[in-house]
This record gives sequence, C-alpha cells and structure tokens, in this order.
Amino acid sequence: MRRRGVVLGSVSILASTVVFVVPFVFVLLTASKSQQEASLLEFSLPTEWALLDNVRTVLESNDGILVRAFWNSTVLTVASVAIMTVLAAMVGYVVQRRRSRWNPVVDAMVLAGLIIPPAVVPTIWVLQGIGLFKTMAGLIAVHVAFGLSFCILLFRAFVATIPRELDEAALIDGAGPMRLFFSVIFPLLRAVIVTVVVVQAVTVFNDFTYALYFLPGADNATVQLTLYNFQSQGLNQWNLLFADVLLITIPPLVMYVIFNRQIVAGMTSGAVKG
Amino acid sequence: MTLVRPAPAGTAATRPARRDSRRAGRRSPYPSWFFLPAGVFYLVLFVVPTGASFWYALTRWDLYSAEFIGLDNFAQFFREPALVKGFVNTFVYAFLTSGAKVVLGLALAVLLTSQIIARGYLRSVVFFPVLVSTIGVGVTFKVLLDPFDGAVNQVLSWVGVTGPGWLTDPSLALFSVALVDVWKGVGLATLIYIAGLVAIPQEYYEAARVDGANAWQNFRNITLPLVRPATVTVVLLSLIGGLRSFDLIWTMTRGGPGFSSDVIGSVIYKQYQAGFYGLSTAGNVVLFVVIAVIIFPLSRWLNRKEVTL
Amino acid sequence: MNRTRPLTAGAAAVAAALALTACGGSGDAGDGEATSLSVYIDSTPASVELWDGLTAAYAEENPDVTIEVETHPGGSEGDNLVKTRLATGEMNDLFWYNSGSLFQALKPDQNLVPLGDEDWVDSLDENFATVVSTDQGLYGAPVGASFAGAVIYNKDIYADLGLEVPTTWDDYMANNQAIKDAGLVAVAQSYGDTWTSQVPVLGDFYNVEAAEPGWADAYTAGDAKFVDQPALAGFEHLQEVFDAGLMNEDFASATYDDAVRMLAEGQAAHYPMLTGNVAAAIGENYPDAADSLGVFPLPSSQGDANGLTVWMPNGIYLPKTTEGAQLEAAKEFIAWLVTPDSCAAQAEASTLGGPFVVDGCDLPDDVPALVSDMQPYFDSGDTGLALEFLSPVKGPALEQITVEVGSGIRSAEDGAALYDEDVVKQAQQLGLDW
Repeated sequence: MRRRGVVLGSVSILASTVVFVVPFVFVLLTASKSQQEASLLEFSLPTEWALLDNVRTVLESNDGILVRAFWNSTVLTVASVAIMTVLAAMVGYVVQRRRSRWNPVVDAMVLAGLIIPPAVVPTIWVLQGIGLFKTMAGLIAVHVAFGLSFCILLFRAFVATIPRELDEAALIDGAGPMRLFFSVIFPLLRAVIVTVVVVQAVTVFNDFTYALYFLPGADNATVQLTLYNFQSQGLNQWNLLFADVLLITIPPLVMYVIFNRQIVAGMTSGAVKG
Repeated sequence: MTLVRPAPAGTAATRPARRDSRRAGRRSPYPSWFFLPAGVFYLVLFVVPTGASFWYALTRWDLYSAEFIGLDNFAQFFREPALVKGFVNTFVYAFLTSGAKVVLGLALAVLLTSQIIARGYLRSVVFFPVLVSTIGVGVTFKVLLDPFDGAVNQVLSWVGVTGPGWLTDPSLALFSVALVDVWKGVGLATLIYIAGLVAIPQEYYEAARVDGANAWQNFRNITLPLVRPATVTVVLLSLIGGLRSFDLIWTMTRGGPGFSSDVIGSVIYKQYQAGFYGLSTAGNVVLFVVIAVIIFPLSRWLNRKEVTL
Repeated sequence: MNRTRPLTAGAAAVAAALALTACGGSGDAGDGEATSLSVYIDSTPASVELWDGLTAAYAEENPDVTIEVETHPGGSEGDNLVKTRLATGEMNDLFWYNSGSLFQALKPDQNLVPLGDEDWVDSLDENFATVVSTDQGLYGAPVGASFAGAVIYNKDIYADLGLEVPTTWDDYMANNQAIKDAGLVAVAQSYGDTWTSQVPVLGDFYNVEAAEPGWADAYTAGDAKFVDQPALAGFEHLQEVFDAGLMNEDFASATYDDAVRMLAEGQAAHYPMLTGNVAAAIGENYPDAADSLGVFPLPSSQGDANGLTVWMPNGIYLPKTTEGAQLEAAKEFIAWLVTPDSCAAQAEASTLGGPFVVDGCDLPDDVPALVSDMQPYFDSGDTGLALEFLSPVKGPALEQITVEVGSGIRSAEDGAALYDEDVVKQAQQLGLDW
C-alpha cells in the first residue's frame, strides 16, 4: 500500500507538473522578460530578470489603478460571497429538509438562474430605480443575485449528508429555527461552505463583465478590468500583461492556500459523519 | 423535492415535538421565511430584469426604443447561418467537457483522497487553474497554442512532429478550446468530488474489507453510489456551463476561424455586440428553452435515482 | 416607432438625481469655481495619447476647466458601453465616438444635443459634416484626422526589386508574384485579429462607386448586392491572394502587430490596412520606418479607377443629459477642439494617418511618407468615402466572412452571398423596408 502510494504519487507529480505547472512557469518567465524578449513568446529563461520592474510598471500604470482595483475587488468579493453563502445555505437547508409547495418554485428558479444569462440593460434600470446603480452595494447585490443559484444547488446536495437526528436532538433541547440552523447545521456544512466560498470568491474576483456595466468609472475599477484593458489595448507588452495575470492570481491563490487547510481539517474532524 | 429523503421514522420522543410545532402553525423548525432574504435579491435583480428582457425578445429593440414585432426575432434567429453549426458545436462542446470533467474529476478525487505522497501539493496544483481568470487562461493558451511560435508546437517539433494549428485549423479549434476548458474546470469537479468522497463513512469500506471486496468492487459498490450527490452536482453544473459557455471560446477564437468554433452562446453574443438587442434576447430565450429541455428532466431523473438507492 | 420602456419611466427621475450627484462629485459646477468635464473615449493607446495631448493643451489656455478622460475598451464591447450609457442616462459630459453608421445607430435625434447653430460649423469639411448629421441636424465636431483604407507597402522592397506602384489589379498581382519569387511575403495578413480581414473589401469601395456611381444609395435601398459586380471584386481579390499563396505562412494566427512588424522590418511588401492605425504604430514602435512605408489605393480590376477610400475621424458629441453650466463649458471646449490650436496639439500628441477635416488645420511638415503619399489623391479629388459613411447598413459578420474567404474556407461568391444575408438584419433593425 505504502509503496503503491509512492509510485502513484510520483507519476501524478510528474504528470500534473507537465499539465498544470508548465503553463504557469511560462507565465512567470514571460512576466520576467523585457518587452522585446517577451514578444517572441518563447519558452526560455529571460536573459535578464525584469520581474520586479515589470510588476512595478504594472502597479504604477494608470496612476496606480491596480492598487485601488485590489481594494475594490477585495471589498466586493468578501461582501458578496459572505452574503450569498449565508442566504443560499438557508434556502438549501429548508428546501432539503422540508417538503412544501415552495420547493418546485425554488428548484425551477435555481436552474433558471444557472441557465439564463443576466439581462444587462433592464438590470441597470432596476438598479437605477432603487438607487444602487454605480455603487459598490449595487454591484455586490448583483453578484449575490447571480451567484445564489450555484450556491443553493451545492448546499441542497450536501445538507442531505447531515443526519436529521441532529435536528431532532437540538429541537428537544429547545432550540428555535434560528439557533438550530446557525449554531447546529451551519457549522456542520463546513466542507461545502469552504467549497462554495472558494468557488464563488474566485468567480466574483475574476468577473469583469458585471463590473464593466454595473459599476463604471476609473475609481471603481476591479482587478479584472485592468487585465481586460491591458488585453484590449492590443499592445505588444506581453511581459506586462503576464505580470498583471500573475499579480491578480495571487489573492485567489492565498485564499485557496488558507482554505485548503480548512478543507482538510473539515475532513479529518469527521464533521460530516455527525 | 425529490432530493428530500423521507424523514426517519421518528422516535417516540421526537414525534410530540413535531406535532407541537405543527399545531403552532408557522412554527416549523424549517421556516419558509428562510427563503425570503435570498428571494428578495433574486426577485429584484434577476426575475424582474429577466422578465422584462423576455418581453423585449418580441420587439426590435435598440435600447432607446422598442417596436413590437411579434415572433420575427425568433424567425430571424433560426435563419442565422451559423446557427446549425452553433447548435452542433454547443452539444459537442458541452457533452465533451462535462463528460471529461466527471470522469477525470472522479478519478482525480479518488486519487487525491487515497494514501499517496505529495497529496496536498497535487490537490493545490489541480485546483490552481480554477483560480485563474478566464481571460488569463485564454491569453496564456492562445500564446502556448500558437501554430508557429507557441510552446506546444515547439516542443512537438523537438520530437519531429509538426504540430497542427490548434486554434486556426477550422476542424480543430473547438476541440482545442474544449481541452483548455477541461484543464481549467477539472479542479472544481475534483473539489466537489473530494467533498463527496470524504462524506462517505469509512465503516462501509471497513465492512467491505471484512467481506473481502477488492478495490474495484469497493469503488463500484460503495464509492460510486454514495458519491452520487456530488455526481449530480458536477453533471448539472458542467453541462449547464458547457451548454451556455462562450467566454473561453470568445477569448481564444471569437468563434473562428470564420464560424467554425461558434457555439450558441457566441452566436447570441455577436448579435448583442452588433446592437440587435431584441434578436439576442430572443436567442437567449431559445437557449434557455434548449437547456431547460435537457436539464430539467435530467435533473429530475438524477435526483429520483438518488431516492431509490 | 413606439417608445415603450416600462421601467425607465419610473427610473428616469432617480437616474437624473444620480447623474447629478455623480457629476457633482467630480466637478463643483455649482460653486461657480473650477468646472470639470468628463470625456468618454476608447482605450487604444493612440486615442489615450491624443486626448492626453488635447487636455494638457486646453488646460494651459483654460486653467479653470479640468478635462477628465475616462476610457472604455474598443470594438463592439465599446459600442455596447456607449449605447448602454446613453440608454440609461449615464453618459459622461462628452463622448468621442465613430462618425457614420455607428453614429447613426446612437439615435442622435433622441440622445444628443444638436450643434448645428454653433459658430464653428462652417469650418468643417463638408464630408465630415454629413457623417455627423441626421435629417434633423448636426451633432458632432471632429477630433482626430481622416485616414484611408489602402495598401501599405514597403518602399525599400519596391526599390530593390525595381517595382512600380501598381494602378490596376493585374499590375498589383504581377508585383506580388515578383515579390514572392524574391522569397519575401507579398501580402501580409493578420487573421489573428479578425477585424483586419475586412480592409481589402471595405477599402475597395472607391472602386465600387467609381464603376457604378450611386451604388451606396442603391445598397441602402436594398437594390445593390455584394454578390454582384462591382462589389463582388473585393471578395474575389481576397480569394485570389489566398489561391496564389502570396501570404505569410502564419496568416491565420498573426496579429495586427505582427503584420506591421513584418512590413516595417522588410519581411513583407504589402499590407491592406487603415493608414490611421499604421501611422500610430509607426509613431509608437517603428519611427525608423517612417520613410520606407508608403501607401497606394487598393487597385481595381475594372476600368481605370484609382482612388483612395477614405474614413472620417471620430466625432465629439454631447449627450442630452449634459445640462446647465456643464453644457456651456462643454460647448466651449468643443469650439476649441475645432481650432488650429487644437489641431496642432493633436499632431503633436500622435502620429496622424491623414489630413484634418477642419478649415485652417494643416498637417505638420514632418509627416511619415505614408501620409504624404496620400496627399496627391486628395489634391486631385480622387478620394471617396467608405461605405459606412454613405449607408447605415453594415452587417456584423463581415469580419468572420472575410476571414473565411481569405483563408480558403469559403469561396468569394458564397462569402458575398452570406454577407448579403447578414446585412438584412441590420436593415431590419434600422426599419428599412427591404
């Protein structure tokens, strides 16, 4: 068993390195080159490492828009993911636990939400109508609305793994619906919460179309918009483009590294076994 | 809902408690108002605009004014030259990518929950592409897959193979993008499967070991059935994603060369970009119906199987 | 046409309020002190440079007015952003956008402030005045210079091989063969950037009008089609160039940048392109090639027509949502934009690809050869507007179709027929009765 693990592991490391790591090495190398060298787009070591210079150039371009964009993206991601996770968990939990006439409606809405792309202009009209257009709160609300379906789908599937006996026990202890959910069920959903948070955080952080339409203005730029701008300018500055890719991939990476431990912890604690 | 398992028979102790709550009317332990906060967001920012936009599918709409034209937009959409190709491509793309994500995702998840070395590293590496934005992935692979300067074909040329025009050969472009899509998305499928796998109580495997089951029997009889909620999720998500996907295609080929890698999503997006807002909304309605016709029965079927377990 | 927009009615008041607060944030117009104007432009580097130059020059003369520039991505994403902002009442104080058919798609009568009564209108080139006007009035002032869609060629290669500038299609193809025989790329193409593939068809339009005057009107009326001559020639030429194997081997993946580099470094002899774009690229990346890149019109295969197809510069427009002090300041700014001072600032800030369209504005003496090659055609009047300025009808799929025809995926006749189908949608959208 042990030896098989080593062999299998070694093979996997090799395969995954070729398939998954090499493209990122390419990004890193290109981001470290001078503009001329980068424009050849070769897979080679840079003759001179210019990574820090390139990063600095990217950070300083457009009056340091990237720094501001990082802040905006962070606020946006944290707020919208927190809201949608809690709200979706509530829906997924009740839908799974209780048969009611609402269930088919919720079910259809969840699938519809996954299928139908958002209608941009009517959404702007609604946002204007409730006074949230061009505000961070508005963009957060939009992300929450569009992200709910995915979260509910996941929560509903995994609430099923929590035995009902737990609910019963808590109710006997005199817990109300709120306490039952927030202090008993919600903590037990940790593994799936982490999944939802990671995936949605990445989605929100990496989105640029909603930001482009619902939160215009240079002050409100999000990090993906900076990349979009770099790319749409059709410039030959591949080194800067890839430096930007590198920079804006770091936050999701850090987040993943943190949560990755959580996923492992969730597993070993055997939370889902009840 | 079909996913709901029948409530456990209920002990004598719990039954009165439940009856109490019934009698009290609204005081179910699973109150309907839990739907409310999510419902408000959803209704205001999704249902209302979407409903409004569906009305525009019946109009010629340039954003400033709309003229009611009945079903003309739908007639026009079905005359779209790239449409047939787009439908074929959409199905090929969706089934290819979701099939690959299910199979590879499960295989990787089994591998990454087993006792192998460097498990943490491997998990991170497999999931890493999910973290990178679609634009980032698209730009990188466009460069890597360049027929002449791209790293992939350079490597192939070392071993004497002349690499194809991955994204410029009309018969290959769609498959190249699908491959990149799997590369980017398999980490998410793996993650969902890992969450599903660790929820399977180890006791089952221990019992099976006592019965002398081999690894394949374990997988076939324990893992596969019990990981079904995860499978349902992965299938639904990746199939829906595949059917309506266009952003990666758009970044990498823009539906080209010509119309060869056009999917329904990109056909619709092009109408939108051209300012045919009514027409593109009609296209969205058609796409919604097509996906719904596939997904709703599939979702019901997948969930029903769950109950019969 | 019915104005049916259920949600806007209620939202309009709120929108106006929001617009006011939004403007108030950036410019303290109410205090009677400094005014701030915001201009919405596209984000290509050449545009940004041009506007940086303009705002700096204006700030020198008018220190109490600050011009802020906001950018949007170019291409059709940008079209959508502009339309969305106009439709939702969120447009900046001013915006800089295409003239011609794209301008017409903005519903100017409904959305823009008419400028026909301003003093500077008489100084505009007549061609430009028509492409920013509707039946009801004139709505824009030019910023930037006109440019041509033509063949950019490398003069050094021509000199080395003893070639002469061709005036007919047969001469052109003979030159191409000679260049190919010399081991060079005869025609650079860059289908990695699909939009570049349309230039051979769009730039051929002078020849179409020359062969059949009034073609554009017949086309708008739905009578003239691309599948018939003379318009079919543009598609045929694309196919001929492919069939003769004259292009760079990586034509399918090469980008606009690659093509300009090949041309500037002498690896390729011809590149059908817009002079405005190439001039900007020369200014930014290849200043040494300024004298070795020239231009000639896309040659015609019928008759002795030989003239340039010309594009008009973008216009600056005022949305109806700009009001009060902002409106006054914006009008003043626009009046300045059509003065020789402004032209000088533009020429300083960017490398222009053709003449200005304002009286009294002349190009500086040190223009690249590309631009001076164009002057004779302007002097002799051998120029004509591109189709997009003569007809509002332009199909969205042209660039995909020209890629197909230019890469041998589809024949010229099929491609032209497909494009004729494609433009029907645009005609319907415009309410034309075909």
